[in-house]
Amino acid sequence: MEGIMFQRWKESITPTDIVMWLIGGTLLLMVIWGSVATLVAGKYTGRHWIDFVIFGLAQGSIYALIATGYTMVYGVLRMINFAHGEVFMSGPYTAYFVAAAMYRSDFLDKHPFTALFVIFVVAMAISTMIAYFLEKIAYRPLRGAPRLIPLITAIGASFFLQYMFRGLYGSGFQAYPVIKIFEGAWVIFGIRILKFQLVVIVAAILLMAALYSFIMLTRAGKAIRAVSEDKEASSLMGINVDGMISTTFIIGGMAAGAAGVLYALMFKQVHFFMGFIPGIKAFTAAVLGGIGNIPGAMLGGIFLGLIESVGPSLFLDGLGIPAPYQLKDAIAFTMLVLVLIFRPMGIMGERLAAKKA
Amino acid sequence: MTQTRSLWEHGVKTGIIGGVAVLVIALVGMVESFHRRDIIAEVITMGQVLLLIGGVFIGYIAAKRTGSDESLAPGLNAVIGSSVTGGFLAFLVIVGRLINLRAVLVNASPMLYKLLTLGHKGVAGIFIILLIGMGCGVFAAALFYLPRLTRRVIILSLSSMIIAGVLQDLIRPVIAAWGPVAVVSEWLFTGNGLTVSGSISIVILIAVVMTAWALKGQDIKSGYGNLSGGSQRGIKISAFFMLAVVLLALPHILGLFLSEVLTIVGLYVLLGLGLNIVVGYAGMLDLGYVAFFAIGSYVTAVLTSPELGFFSLTFWQALPFAVVLGIFFGVLLGIPVLKMRGDYLAIATLGFGEIIRILVLSDFLRPWLGGAQGAGKIPKAAIMGYQFITPQQIYYLILAGCILVVFISLRLKGSRLGRAWMAMREDEDVAQAMGINLVATKLLAFATGAGFSALSGAIFASKLGSVYPHSFNVIISINILCLIIVGGMGSIPGVIVGAAALVGLPELLREFAEYRLLVYGAALVAMMILRPEGLWPEVRHKMELHAEEENNIGEPEPSTAT
Repeated sequence: MEGIMFQRWKESITPTDIVMWLIGGTLLLMVIWGSVATLVAGKYTGRHWIDFVIFGLAQGSIYALIATGYTMVYGVLRMINFAHGEVFMSGPYTAYFVAAAMYRSDFLDKHPFTALFVIFVVAMAISTMIAYFLEKIAYRPLRGAPRLIPLITAIGASFFLQYMFRGLYGSGFQAYPVIKIFEGAWVIFGIRILKFQLVVIVAAILLMAALYSFIMLTRAGKAIRAVSEDKEASSLMGINVDGMISTTFIIGGMAAGAAGVLYALMFKQVHFFMGFIPGIKAFTAAVLGGIGNIPGAMLGGIFLGLIESVGPSLFLDGLGIPAPYQLKDAIAFTMLVLVLIFRPMGIMGERLAAKKA
Repeated sequence: MTQTRSLWEHGVKTGIIGGVAVLVIALVGMVESFHRRDIIAEVITMGQVLLLIGGVFIGYIAAKRTGSDESLAPGLNAVIGSSVTGGFLAFLVIVGRLINLRAVLVNASPMLYKLLTLGHKGVAGIFIILLIGMGCGVFAAALFYLPRLTRRVIILSLSSMIIAGVLQDLIRPVIAAWGPVAVVSEWLFTGNGLTVSGSISIVILIAVVMTAWALKGQDIKSGYGNLSGGSQRGIKISAFFMLAVVLLALPHILGLFLSEVLTIVGLYVLLGLGLNIVVGYAGMLDLGYVAFFAIGSYVTAVLTSPELGFFSLTFWQALPFAVVLGIFFGVLLGIPVLKMRGDYLAIATLGFGEIIRILVLSDFLRPWLGGAQGAGKIPKAAIMGYQFITPQQIYYLILAGCILVVFISLRLKGSRLGRAWMAMREDEDVAQAMGINLVATKLLAFATGAGFSALSGAIFASKLGSVYPHSFNVIISINILCLIIVGGMGSIPGVIVGAAALVGLPELLREFAEYRLLVYGAALVAMMILRPEGLWPEVRHKMELHAEEENNIGEPEPSTAT
């Protein structure tokens, strides 16, 4: 038995596979070499690494929240909602005006938690609205179309939304007001964490927990899972498929809007193009974790955030590359390509991806 | 009760959608920007025309949705629809005058309100908006009830006049420069736009031509069909010759600025034809196409620029290297994505494009590629002493490139490889079952596309004289994708039409350039929903896209030859 299986496997390898393995192997070697070199050189102290890790966790949790939107939509519609990055952007950008008004009237300083709550609500509402109308106008008419068409529509919608917000709100970078009680750092178990980073991580964990329990425990969540498994069978079982798809977009929109506010708190600015790169990275995270798999998306997001934060210092520096942080995005994109080549079903291995890839 | 409700349902619904759309157009700033250009000098501007067209269009759609032109209901709905849209604008003006919306919506300015109310303050202004809305509705209703021919004549003649006004920067210098016809330019244009007499004459002219064609067109067509094969060929060849003469003489007719526009359009045609092979023929959505454009440019820079100081080749010596390296990278970037389909392929190629952009921008590669400042002093191309410096001269270089690429595309399309690509596009598994080697076919598609792109990149580097990493971003890939999609995937005339429309137009209409991507995005979505095969479709692709409908109806209609 073993002999036959090995023979079959030998026959199924093509020259392309060998080339890919060589490339993958080389990259792995470079990563290990670089990491070892950096650690041996001792350029960064333990404190540095901890800072990187915490930053990575915070950024990763934001990616995780956005990634759930991508993964849920892929689950029910089998398409990448390219415009999800713009859904992510629209919330905080609109909420900025509310935040700025509250800051000017000192409401922000006197009642920071209420103010924060209002900002969250506004952002989530706007993002949800954009997501809902996006599905209704651009995706629903194209339900049965060949694969290329909805993808192109999504790209078009993405740019339309970007530039619409640019036209409405202006093309500048708007600085989010600083919330004073979140400035400074706490020291927990001897580790120094910046306050807003901890807030971001905790908020993200709470939101992800809420989302997960919605999907797993409620009836609507079960219906969404049914639709992502088999649309026709679901409609035969009496599930309102259109309604469930809309609900999926709404949930994804809410998560993205919340993620947007966290992003704005962390990076302290918003502008119309801010959704593009995080959008792609969040998609990377979703694929990393296994597209269609929600816990996978969350894990993938955190993993990607960590690699992005720790990576440049860890292996790029060791390879002697000057200014490694410029290549931070390149690391994320390389991860994306590597995952798509070598393990398209992601860490958690969804059946979905295997069929499609 | 239900009867009356459904009587104005469509009007109200369409009106609301239209109202939101018009609000967005106004608040994004398009109306104000367009207002700067007159269509008919001192009478009406492009911004106002935009709103009017919107109003009439909404009314017409409302009418169409309501029913046939037997009853009065559609007409009523048209008026209601347009009025509702007008109402939205009126609401904006009312609110805007009370609250300062400008803190949030940067374009909600007093200028805008003045524009909308035609300068009248207070209640009179509001009434004017509502009145104009109703007027659009009445006009739309009239259009709806008129017989088809009359309707088409009216729409086309009015559109021709508007287009003449919009493209005045193109038409005016061309006519004015040509002695005998210069008088026409005086008659048609003045100051910022068309003259009143000019516009009326255009409308009448087009109306007359259209009516004549409608009545006599059939006779002409059958007359042409009745000619012998030889005569038909003769007519086709002479038409081809005239086209060639026009193409060669174009830069001299058009002058400096327009030649520059032509060179940019030409470069995008080159790029579009390359991507057309990857996306249009082979059906693989490549979003990182700009990477090969960058490679072509940078190879040319490295090989020819004394600023980087490695080599000092001439343009023609560097060109083959650029193309070969482009092809090499095409294959290299194609290998990892062989097993991917659709969405994954798109994102992976997007990732590659971004990786290349980040690399050429980085300090890591600065000693070789110039980093964020790029590299300059790239020599111009030259043949035996004749240098390609001015836009007119560069035009010929690009024209040569385009002709080469069009020729190769055409030959590939009809070849075995081309048919393999199209089979792969339609269904990969079936194609493989039919014996097509997917790996080779896909890699060849990537390689050819990359080669064309690198060629375009080399010409671009020579034309500009320098390369900057900021010119090679994902927006360019999206631009190229847009113009093939809008023009028609897989169709060569479609690419040219797409480039002229999507690249030429923003260059001609500076006011439009700011809203370029907004319109591109909307155009993509609209095209995909309404007409996915594009403006000038390729026959087979159209059949593929509408295959579902054909299956439902029964026997597919016999297809005409390509």
